[in-house]
Amino acid sequence: MHSSTDSPSILELRDICKSFGATRALHEVSLSVRVGEIHALLGENGAGKSTLMKVLSGAHQADSGEIVYKGEPVRIESPAAGRALGIAMIYQELTLAPHLTVEENMTLGLERSQWGFLQSDRDKVRDALTVLGHPDLPLNTPVNKLNIGLQQVIEIGRALVCEADVIIMDEPTSSLTEADTKSLFKTIERLKKAGISVIYISHFLEEVMEIADRFTAIRDGESVGSGEIDTTTITDIIELMIGRSLDEMFPRSDHAFGKTKLVVQGLTGTPQPQDVHFEVRAGEVFGIAGLVGAGRSETLRAIFGLDRSQSGSMHLGDDSTSISIHSMNPRKALKNQLDFLSEDRKEEGLATSMTIGENTTLSTLSRFIRIKGTGLINHAREDKHSSRWIHELRIKCVGPNQLVDDLSGGNQQKVALARMLEQDADVLLLDEPTRGIDVGSKVEIYTLIDQLAQRGKAIIFVSSYLPELFGVCDTIAVMSRGRMSAKRPVNEWTPHSVMEAATSGHEIPEECLSS
Amino acid sequence: MSSSENTASLYSQKSWRDHLNAFGPVIGLVVVYGIFLLVAPSSFHSLYNTKTFMTQAVIYGIGAMGMTFVIISGGIDLSVGSLIALGSVVTAMILRTAGAEEIGLMLPILASLSAVVACALCGMLSGALVSYMRIVPFIVTLGMMQITRGVAKGLAGQTAVNTSDNWLGSMMVIEPQVGKWYSVAPGLWVMVVLLIFMTILLRRTAFGRYVCALGSNEATARLCGINVSIQRIWVYTLCGALTGCASVMQYASLSLGDPTAAVGMELDIIAAVVIGGGSLNGGEGSVAGSLVGAIIMAILRNGCVLVGIPNYVQNIVIGTIIVAAVGIDRLRHKSN
Repeated sequence: MHSSTDSPSILELRDICKSFGATRALHEVSLSVRVGEIHALLGENGAGKSTLMKVLSGAHQADSGEIVYKGEPVRIESPAAGRALGIAMIYQELTLAPHLTVEENMTLGLERSQWGFLQSDRDKVRDALTVLGHPDLPLNTPVNKLNIGLQQVIEIGRALVCEADVIIMDEPTSSLTEADTKSLFKTIERLKKAGISVIYISHFLEEVMEIADRFTAIRDGESVGSGEIDTTTITDIIELMIGRSLDEMFPRSDHAFGKTKLVVQGLTGTPQPQDVHFEVRAGEVFGIAGLVGAGRSETLRAIFGLDRSQSGSMHLGDDSTSISIHSMNPRKALKNQLDFLSEDRKEEGLATSMTIGENTTLSTLSRFIRIKGTGLINHAREDKHSSRWIHELRIKCVGPNQLVDDLSGGNQQKVALARMLEQDADVLLLDEPTRGIDVGSKVEIYTLIDQLAQRGKAIIFVSSYLPELFGVCDTIAVMSRGRMSAKRPVNEWTPHSVMEAATSGHEIPEECLSS
Repeated sequence: MSSSENTASLYSQKSWRDHLNAFGPVIGLVVVYGIFLLVAPSSFHSLYNTKTFMTQAVIYGIGAMGMTFVIISGGIDLSVGSLIALGSVVTAMILRTAGAEEIGLMLPILASLSAVVACALCGMLSGALVSYMRIVPFIVTLGMMQITRGVAKGLAGQTAVNTSDNWLGSMMVIEPQVGKWYSVAPGLWVMVVLLIFMTILLRRTAFGRYVCALGSNEATARLCGINVSIQRIWVYTLCGALTGCASVMQYASLSLGDPTAAVGMELDIIAAVVIGGGSLNGGEGSVAGSLVGAIIMAILRNGCVLVGIPNYVQNIVIGTIIVAAVGIDRLRHKSN
C-alpha cells in the first residue's frame, strides 16, 4: 500500500505542515526512508530540517499530514514515544552524562531493577557496541575519559540499546576530526548492514555524497526534490537547496598583490603553534589548511592576542619595527590594523543578547562618541552605519535594533562581518568564516572576501573545508601538529597534496605524488 | 517573498512582546498596589502613606541602581549591606568630630563624600580582585561583606555612633513641610536625580554599552578590544559609590551610624534588581526596572504592616514574589 520502489519504506512522512504563529515552518513536506538506507536530509539553515526532525522525533506535533511507520500510521506525541517506537535522535551536541560509565550512559533511563537493585544489561550493551565495531570497549570507563569520536559511538549505542530502527543524526561530524569522521562513517555503514535506517543531516555535501544512498532536499519549508545520490552531482544538490542556478560557487577575480602587510616570525605557543613563519601582502587571500587541532586557530588567536604565545614577533603594515606577539592583546591588535573573526560566533564572536547595531559598532564605539570625554553615544549615526551594512550584506532582519539571537546562523555571521567592515582594518584574520551557515550565505561571504582582497586587504583564511580554500585563496600553507608548511600559490597544490601535508606533517613535493 | 512577510510579522510580534517585557515590573507594581488597595485599610492609599513607602524605598532603590550595573555585567555584589553600615558609620564619625553648633553646611557634605569614597574604594578592591586574581565575584564579595562589616564595627567601637542634629538628618523626613502635598523627602529627589543619571550612563554612553557587552558575552567584549578588567573594576566601583549614597540615606534615616544596620540588605537589593527584570546571567536589566523592584518591596513591607500581617508572613510573601518574578521571567524567555 505504501511501497514506492524496490525496497520497502520503513518510514514515510506525508504532506507534513507546521506553523508557529504566523510563520509557516513546514508546508506539505514529504520524506520516505527505506529499510537500511542512509537518507540525507539537505537544506539551508532555516529551511525547516530541524523542525521536520522535531516533528518526527516527537518534540513538535505536526498541524496536518501523516507519519507512516512500518506500514502503520502513527502519532508521535513526545520524544519518549518516538524512542519507544524505535525512532532515536542524536543531536549535534552530545547528551552524555560525563561522569557516568559507558554502560550507565547507554542504559540511562532504561534501567531495569529488581527489589530496588539495578539489573545489569551488560549483554545488551556489549551487543550494541559489537554492532558498532567496538566490542572491546571497557564498560566501566567514565565517558569523559573517551575522545569525542568514541563518545559519539556511545551516543549511537544508546539508540541501539533502545532497539531503534531509525536513527536521526543532526550534523554529527561538525565537531569531529577527520579520523573520527572516517570512523563514524564506518559505524554508519555497520548500522546500515544491521538493517537500521539513518537520516543524516549535514552541511558538508562532500560527506553526504560519500555516505548517503538517497537524499531529500527542502527549501523554505517545502520539499524541493529527492533522489539517488549516485545519479546526482553536488552542483545539482546546491542548486536545489538554494533555488537558483549556481554558475560559480566561488566568484573570484584576479588580485593584484601590493605591499607586505603582515610578517610573522617564529611564533610559538603552548603547545601550539610551533615556530610558525609567514607573510601576507595587500590584496592576497592566504589560506591555512590542516586538520582540526593542527594549530591553525591557535596561530590566528596568538597573532590577535587572544591566547598568550611564548615567543614570536611580527611586523605590521609599512612599519619596520618588530612587535612581540607575546605582548599582543585584542585592543592593541585592532589599533594596529589587525582584525579577527572568531570561529565560534555564539560563544565568542557575538554578544547574541544584544542588537545587530550594538554588535556592529562594539569595536569602534569610540568613533560614535558625540562629545569627546562624555562617552555619550550618537545613536543616530550608529544606526545609519549599521543600517548601511545590513543593506550591503543583505542581512535579513527588521532593522539594527533587532537582537542577534533572532537571526539565522548565516545572518549572524554577516553581523560579525559587518563589525569587521565597520572596523576597516588592513589585515583580516578569518577563522572558519563559513562554518555552519547555509550555502547561499557562503557564496555571499566568498564574494565579500574577493571584494575585500580587491580593495587591498590582506586576508588570512583558515578553513577545514578544502573546496572553499581552493576556491577562494590565492596562496595556501598547510599546518600539521603545530607546524606550518611553506606558502605556495594555490595552483601548486592539489587536494591530495594538501591532505598529505596535513596528515604527515611533512611537505611532499608535487612530483613525488602519484595521482 | 512570502517568507520575508512571515519573518516580518514574527518580529513585529516580538517587539510587542518586548514592550510587555519592559513594562513587566510596572505591571507587577500596579498589581501589588491594587491588591493592597483592596485589602488594606484606607490609610494605605493616603498621600502621606505613599510618601512613606517611597521614602522607605530610597535606600533600597539607590542601592539597587548600583547593583543593576554589577548584575548586568554578569557579576554580583554581596558586600552591599555591610557597605551601607560602613558608610553610615563613616558619615557619623566625621560629623561627630565637630560640636553641635559647629557642624554647619560643609561638614555633612564632606561626611557624605567620605562615605561615598570609602564605599567606592571597597567596590574597587572587589572589582580588582575579581579581575586580576580571577576569583568569582560571589566569593570576593562574600569575603568583602565580612571584612567591611568587621571594619564598620571596629571603627564604631561595637556601638552605634550618635551625632548632633544637622541638615543631613532631614534628608529622609517623610514630609518636611507638614501638610504640603508637594513636600517630599529630599532623599527622594536624590534618588530621582540618580535615576536619570544612571539611566543615561547605562543607555547612552560607551561605558554602559561595555557593561552590557561584558555581561552578554565577555569573550566578545575582549575580542572587540574592550579592556574587560578595567571596565569590570569601574562597575564594582560605581556600585560601591551608589551604595555609599544609600549609606548616607541610611545614616539620615536614624541620624546615627549603626555598624549592625542593613544586615542581609544585599539580598533585598539583589531581589529588587531581579524583580525589575535583571538577569543573574548578565546582559539584561534596567535602572528604572530595579527601582520599580525596590518600590514593590517597599509597598509589600508597608502594606503588610498596615494590614496587620505578622512579620513572618511578610517574609513568606516576599520570598514567594521573588521566586515568582524570576519564574515568570524564565517562562517569558522560554516563550521567546
